[in-house]
Amino acid sequence: MSEVLVLVDHVEGAVRKPTLELLALAKKLGTPSAVFIGGADQVSAATEKLAAFGAEKVYVIDDAEIKGYLVAPKAEALQQLAAKAEPAAILIVSSAEGKEIAGRLAIKLDSGLITDAVDLADDGTTTQSVFAGNFTVQAKVTKGTPIITVKPNSATPDETAGAGTVEEFAVTISDAAKTAQIVASQPRKASGRPELTEAAIVVSGGRGTGGNFEPIEGLADALGAAVGASRAAVDSGWMPHTFQVGQTGKTVSPQLYVANGISGAIQHRAGMQTSKTIVAVNKDEEAPIFELVDFGVVGDLHAVLPAATEQIEIGSSIAVAFARTPMTLANTAHDLQSLSGGRFVLGLGSQIRPHIENRYSMPWSHPARRMHEFVRALHAIWNTWEDGAPLEFDGEFYRHTL
Amino acid sequence: MNIVVCVKYVPDATADRRFESDNTVDRVGVDGLLSELDEYAVEQALQLKEKAEDPTSVTVTALCVGPEKAVDAVRKALQMGADEGVHVSDEAIAGSDYIATSLVLAKAVEKIKADKGQVDLVMCGMASTDASGSVVPAMLAERLGLPQVTFASVIESQGDQVRIKRDGDTATEVIGGTMPLVMSVTDQTGEARYPSFKGIMAAKKKPMETLALSDIGVDAGEVGLSVAWSEVADTTERPPRTAGEIVKDEDGSGATALTGFLASKKFI
Ligand SMILES: Cc1cc2nc3c(=O)[nH]c(=O)nc-3n(C[C@H](O)[C@H](O)[C@H](O)COP(=O)(O)OP(=O)(O)OC[C@H]3O[C@@H](n4cnc5c(N)ncnc54)[C@H](O)[C@@H]3O)c2cc1C
Ligand SMILES: Nc1ncnc2c1ncn2[C@@H]1O[C@H](COP(=O)(O)O)[C@@H](O)[C@H]1O
Repeated sequence: MSEVLVLVDHVEGAVRKPTLELLALAKKLGTPSAVFIGGADQVSAATEKLAAFGAEKVYVIDDAEIKGYLVAPKAEALQQLAAKAEPAAILIVSSAEGKEIAGRLAIKLDSGLITDAVDLADDGTTTQSVFAGNFTVQAKVTKGTPIITVKPNSATPDETAGAGTVEEFAVTISDAAKTAQIVASQPRKASGRPELTEAAIVVSGGRGTGGNFEPIEGLADALGAAVGASRAAVDSGWMPHTFQVGQTGKTVSPQLYVANGISGAIQHRAGMQTSKTIVAVNKDEEAPIFELVDFGVVGDLHAVLPAATEQIEIGSSIAVAFARTPMTLANTAHDLQSLSGGRFVLGLGSQIRPHIENRYSMPWSHPARRMHEFVRALHAIWNTWEDGAPLEFDGEFYRHTL
Repeated sequence: MNIVVCVKYVPDATADRRFESDNTVDRVGVDGLLSELDEYAVEQALQLKEKAEDPTSVTVTALCVGPEKAVDAVRKALQMGADEGVHVSDEAIAGSDYIATSLVLAKAVEKIKADKGQVDLVMCGMASTDASGSVVPAMLAERLGLPQVTFASVIESQGDQVRIKRDGDTATEVIGGTMPLVMSVTDQTGEARYPSFKGIMAAKKKPMETLALSDIGVDAGEVGLSVAWSEVADTTERPPRTAGEIVKDEDGSGATALTGFLASKKFI
């Protein structure tokens, strides 16, 4: 079977999930060969991951000469590799950069290009979602080596290991490819939440938040979701542009999309219309977003979301431990236990530092040790209530003596 | 200095958009206009002109490849303030894919260069609102052998040096290049101006050139649907989403209904 080249999308050797999805799709067309353009010190970690998800081969291209320049050198490297490997297809993640590499490569190889595929069949037929998700298009490359960019979340990674045989590939980068220089680069800070384009659930906020994203973030965290925003929220400076969902932001296609205080303009829809399940909270029952939803609440998001968040946190019985003291939580849990007739199971989560400190205004340190002590404190309190013995808990972080 | 702004004529996104029986985008039977995202490119080109030491030494040329009606896109750019228009229109172009479109655009840029002596900047939108491929600018750079500084949200230039801010997937970057180069701009660069009454009147007298493929040295057999590098087998309209359940929040009932729905779908 012919090889299918998969260009690896990674940050400092950490392979991003969309690449694993591409490996799964590549198996349909041939034998997956990952193409890793990066530093020598990043190869082993990346290879391990790529092999675990089915890469039979990992071509390693040293990026020393490449990384200071935008797009063009990567297209050149792929061109040289394609000449040698004669692949059945080349798959690239549909990011801004991925598509640009694909575009340049298509011209170099005089090959057909399909962008933003959301599915790929065994015979190379792609499915695309166009016109803001209103049409589905089936297409196929008819000339040269098919170059296909695939949107994140279009396939499920397949953890069936491949050989992962490493093969160094030396490239010669022309001066012409080194003309757009990356003068400075500021890596994005990790938010502690899932990546917007990769998340199974996205909770978004718009102008209706009035600039207060706490209810959005609270619900997102209770659901383990990513946070998104409309352009109005971004233009107002409430959220960074990288959170924007829509035509000029990210396209997301999660299992669940929750739009809050978002009217549902066509440009916003373009970025979320293909979500499996759509929910909206909006105080205007005429808002166009309600035409799209599987479930909608006409109401004030500032009231609906915090109440829903609380219900979810209790219902799933994962309470944010460090947002409370052992005593207040022991009390609530005790009440719920008697109300539910002994069926209550308490789960504890640590949450993340910014939330504990900035949202709940509570201390954060040594989360593992602190959690351990938190649980011991809860038991001590409940024991006291059970047998009436005096409470004498004196720990490193918590003290309960009355 | 010569700036060429690539402007595309697209079906109006707020009206009906559909495909022809041969699965190409219907560009003639529907309402069309200058792609909204290309207005930002026109705006930035005009600002570069206005900021120049001698604005009269800067010529902004709007370039469009598209059917007869597509001249509207060029006209809109002229009304906004572009100096000249070039419209490449030829029956043979219909149904062209990215590869053919970028070829025609590149050849047209070369024609403008031959006529004017040089082209310093080729500016594009970040994506067309119909295809939304965001690939044509990179392909143009590849074909023209020029540096590509794309997805600019902030633009700075000094002499022939250009610096832009680019919001990448995992990092915010500053990209630098030396003119001549190809640039694409995002909607973060700032609102585009509306044509003024004066602008609309002035546009009527501005130079406007219509070119056929033969004028730019492209063979009709190199472009169009019949030679496309990919083939669209089928287009289907997505069935409208079936109307969901809408509830009114009264005294907290909304939250309970919401969590009830999420639980029924196993999200919690
Ligand atoms: C070229 C171009 C590209 C664009 N790209 C994008 C894009 O990528 N993404 C994008 O999102 N937009 C994009 N837009 C903008 C888009 O057209 C809309 O302007 C934008 O989506 C509106 O954002 P919004 O829904 O948050 O605000 P609005 O339209 O103002 O809606 C706010 C909503 O909040 C509701 N509301 C108010 N208060 C409350 C409350 N307390 N509780 C509940 N609901 C409340 C209101 O009823 C209203 O429906 C683009 C526009 C252009 C021209
Ligand atoms: N037919 C065309 N005529 C003029 N410019 C175009 C054309 N197609 C694409 N472009 C330019 O390329 C940019 C990106 O287009 P696309 O790659 O289709 O998303 C657009 O914003 C335009 O600036």
